[in-house]
Amino acid sequence: MAEKLVLIGNGMAGVRTLEELLKIAPDDYQISVFGEEPYGNYNRIMLSPVLAGDKSIDEIMLNDDDWYQEHDITLHKGKKITEIDRVNRKVIAADGTTENYDRLLLATGSRPFVIPVPGHDLPGVISFRDIHDVDNMIEASHDYKQAVVIGGGLLGLEAANGLMLQGMQVTVVHLMDSLMERQLDTAAASMLKETLQERGLQFQMGTQTEAILGDDRVQKVRFKDGTEIPADLVVMAVGIRPNIELAQQAGIHCERGIIVNDTMQTFDPRIYAVGECVQHRSLSYGLVAPLFEMAKVCANHIAKMGIGLYQGSVTSTKLKVTGIDLFSAGDFIGDENSEELIFQDAARNVYRKLVVNDNKITGTVMYGDTIDGSWYFDLMRDKTDITDFRENILFGQAHLGDSGHGDDNRVVMMADTAEICGCNGVCKGEIIKAITEKKLFTLDEVRAHTKASNSCGSCTGLVESLLAHTVGGDYSVAPHLKPMCSCTDHSHDQVREAIRVHSLKSISAVMDSLEWKTDGCSKCRPALNYYLLCQWPDEMTDDSQSRFINERAHANIQKDATYSVIPRMWGGITNPTELRKIADVADKYKVKTVHVTGGQRIALYGLKKEQLPAIWGDLNEAGLVSGHAYGKALRTVKTCVGREWCRFGTQDSTKLGIELEKMTWGSWTPHKFKMAVSGCPRNCAEATIKDFGVVCVDSGYELHVGGNGGIKVRATDLLCSVKNEAEVMEHTAAFMQIYREEAHYMERTAPWIERVGLTYIKEKLLGDPDKRKQAAERFLFSQQFAQEDPWEARAKGAQAHEFAPLKIIA
Amino acid sequence: MSESWINIGNFDEVPKQGARVVETAFGDIAIFRTKDDEVFAVRDKCPHKGGPLSQGIVSGKRVSCPLHDWKIQLDSGLAVAPDEGCVATFQVKVVDGEILLLLNTEALQATA
Repeated sequence: MAEKLVLIGNGMAGVRTLEELLKIAPDDYQISVFGEEPYGNYNRIMLSPVLAGDKSIDEIMLNDDDWYQEHDITLHKGKKITEIDRVNRKVIAADGTTENYDRLLLATGSRPFVIPVPGHDLPGVISFRDIHDVDNMIEASHDYKQAVVIGGGLLGLEAANGLMLQGMQVTVVHLMDSLMERQLDTAAASMLKETLQERGLQFQMGTQTEAILGDDRVQKVRFKDGTEIPADLVVMAVGIRPNIELAQQAGIHCERGIIVNDTMQTFDPRIYAVGECVQHRSLSYGLVAPLFEMAKVCANHIAKMGIGLYQGSVTSTKLKVTGIDLFSAGDFIGDENSEELIFQDAARNVYRKLVVNDNKITGTVMYGDTIDGSWYFDLMRDKTDITDFRENILFGQAHLGDSGHGDDNRVVMMADTAEICGCNGVCKGEIIKAITEKKLFTLDEVRAHTKASNSCGSCTGLVESLLAHTVGGDYSVAPHLKPMCSCTDHSHDQVREAIRVHSLKSISAVMDSLEWKTDGCSKCRPALNYYLLCQWPDEMTDDSQSRFINERAHANIQKDATYSVIPRMWGGITNPTELRKIADVADKYKVKTVHVTGGQRIALYGLKKEQLPAIWGDLNEAGLVSGHAYGKALRTVKTCVGREWCRFGTQDSTKLGIELEKMTWGSWTPHKFKMAVSGCPRNCAEATIKDFGVVCVDSGYELHVGGNGGIKVRATDLLCSVKNEAEVMEHTAAFMQIYREEAHYMERTAPWIERVGLTYIKEKLLGDPDKRKQAAERFLFSQQFAQEDPWEARAKGAQAHEFAPLKIIA
Repeated sequence: MSESWINIGNFDEVPKQGARVVETAFGDIAIFRTKDDEVFAVRDKCPHKGGPLSQGIVSGKRVSCPLHDWKIQLDSGLAVAPDEGCVATFQVKVVDGEILLLLNTEALQATA
């Protein structure tokens, strides 16, 4: 018999917890919900757009009655719980309804704080909290003219803007001298004030309200200095207070909010609390992203999968006033130890400030152009060292050397037909439609529904900004430590550390030890297999069933389920025997397409899987081996002819290329790994867009790292210059090994270097020659077990089941 | 109507968390074996763009198509939401270590 779960509070945090719970344990609980309001669960954040007339109430409903029915949830709408009887484990509503519980979830939210000045209870004095308030305001705007909003914070300004759009004359009264002082510095605040004034709002700054005057309805507001202004409607928006009375009555420990631990349990372990009513590590949150993070952890615990911990949130703010872009996060004021980077362009109305401590961003305020807000926010949460790109950071991510999207990043200006995701052909309009119609909140949800940003990921920033602009800024925030995939709450780094520290030597050992929620998926299993192979090269047996088909079959699958075959050509050098053999094979197997690849090889297309072992056997006869063109592995070492032929050549780039390829072939890496050696700075082998590139110069060799020519072109960073070939080899091996050991699976060297910083890589490779040597030795050790031609083994019969049908039925 | 159980091979010939292909005159059928040694048979053709499901990674009772990573539920043949689509499934059982597949020529032809 299922246990009983009762939720008090039919709002976003509580219902989100139920949704998370239903995802992982749909049958564990019989659920009932009590909500004071006569509605289903709606998106409270979007009340401002409803007031402003941009959206209707129907458009902001998240869960309608059908949803509760579909999930067998009893919904008690419009019923207020007045008592929790913890001894008998039941809740009692004002109308006498009772429900027993095994577990209770409190999501009672918060309510606006009303300043207790004389007249605060007059008709016409309202707060801005729920649909009822919005209805009141819209109604008032039909009959009255003068509105006063007390409070110049986020909520107050949104209310003021909405009332103005409904046709009222609005004065905002603010106690402080600067608007939104908890989110903005004075510079950004004055730009905001100016813009709002231009639109028609009036402000009374540094003003304290003394009384609200009127007979049967509000007529005037009087301030401390004795002045008065007329008012037909007063909106109080000076802050919120967690609703804790119910919990307090039941003897649950509360301070400002209901005290919870990291699994969202209150003082009574059968009772949980989430959302704005909660006080966690002395903080309460009023933004959506933290509430959703809490919901996830809480659901995990209620489902008895006590693996997640909520460890607090870093939050960002965005004002939901159409046409005003504003972003703020972290400590944007700073102190005597911090530095400020400021960009200000008054004519374009653009302002950006970054507060930096010890070369790490600790806070940001942006006004006018906030497209890079999520990027700065990521850098801040990840505590990224910005030394390497500090000089350009204020210009935004588009100016960081990648020539990918550049100014296209301005999503708001894009037409609905503009393509956002080039891989899957998804345009802006489709994404916005999915976000609004399917009520999507997170990047993952947008990916699942639209496929946008689901392939190469280069449009992730665009999709995140679209999400932010469509549903409000604080939705898209991912948890600080991104889990590897939905099968686990552990991040890539945590998993790798566990493998190392606990000597885990199989995928099932990792999954058992780290309490995987499933038996893996197509994202985490290949990653785990790689991490294990990298950590235990001599002990780990490869799990071929956890490899993507290309690596399992040692060929590239094509759209028609045929395969391509690309033999290795060491350093791009071939000879008549090899070419003759390739031509013979192409004839014999009736190859449809013979293509010269960008990595200086020849590719044969359109082959059936059953043919592969025989083709490989034939190619082996001429010494041709697997080129690993299908793998997250060392691909090619591209070269020019160098000193041997070229009149400009300074070193023997071809020979060096061959030696590098002989050393590194067969190694598995987090993502594909390409190299090149150019014989002079004219760089015909394009070494500066490779993962590792060598540019020969007269005095020796320049070593470049972290380039790629793919989705976002990125030129390499110069690592160092060395004198001889032996040093080139050692640096190559050491760089590859550090990349293999530290990058996340599916992360190429370019994003890896941008994540950890070039300074870090230099420190690792150049800081201590002994450590570099040891890294190179670890690479060479691992190579002893990797350098076996997979084609030869399979041509001789290994893994035969992979290539033959089980049965042929005529 | 011609319907019969056909012996398609030994259970051990299908790798755990893997698949093998049975070729028929009316297209391929993929035979899956899960981690818990359950066996399933579905049309070897993803409802999305026709990718060979037999070549995908098998996790739980699902396979991820190798072309665009759609997830297909092996017992029902349904694509996992939010993707929408369905692939034909076939009855299959293991008797004395041999895998038997129930083939109905008309049905097979209809779903080819």
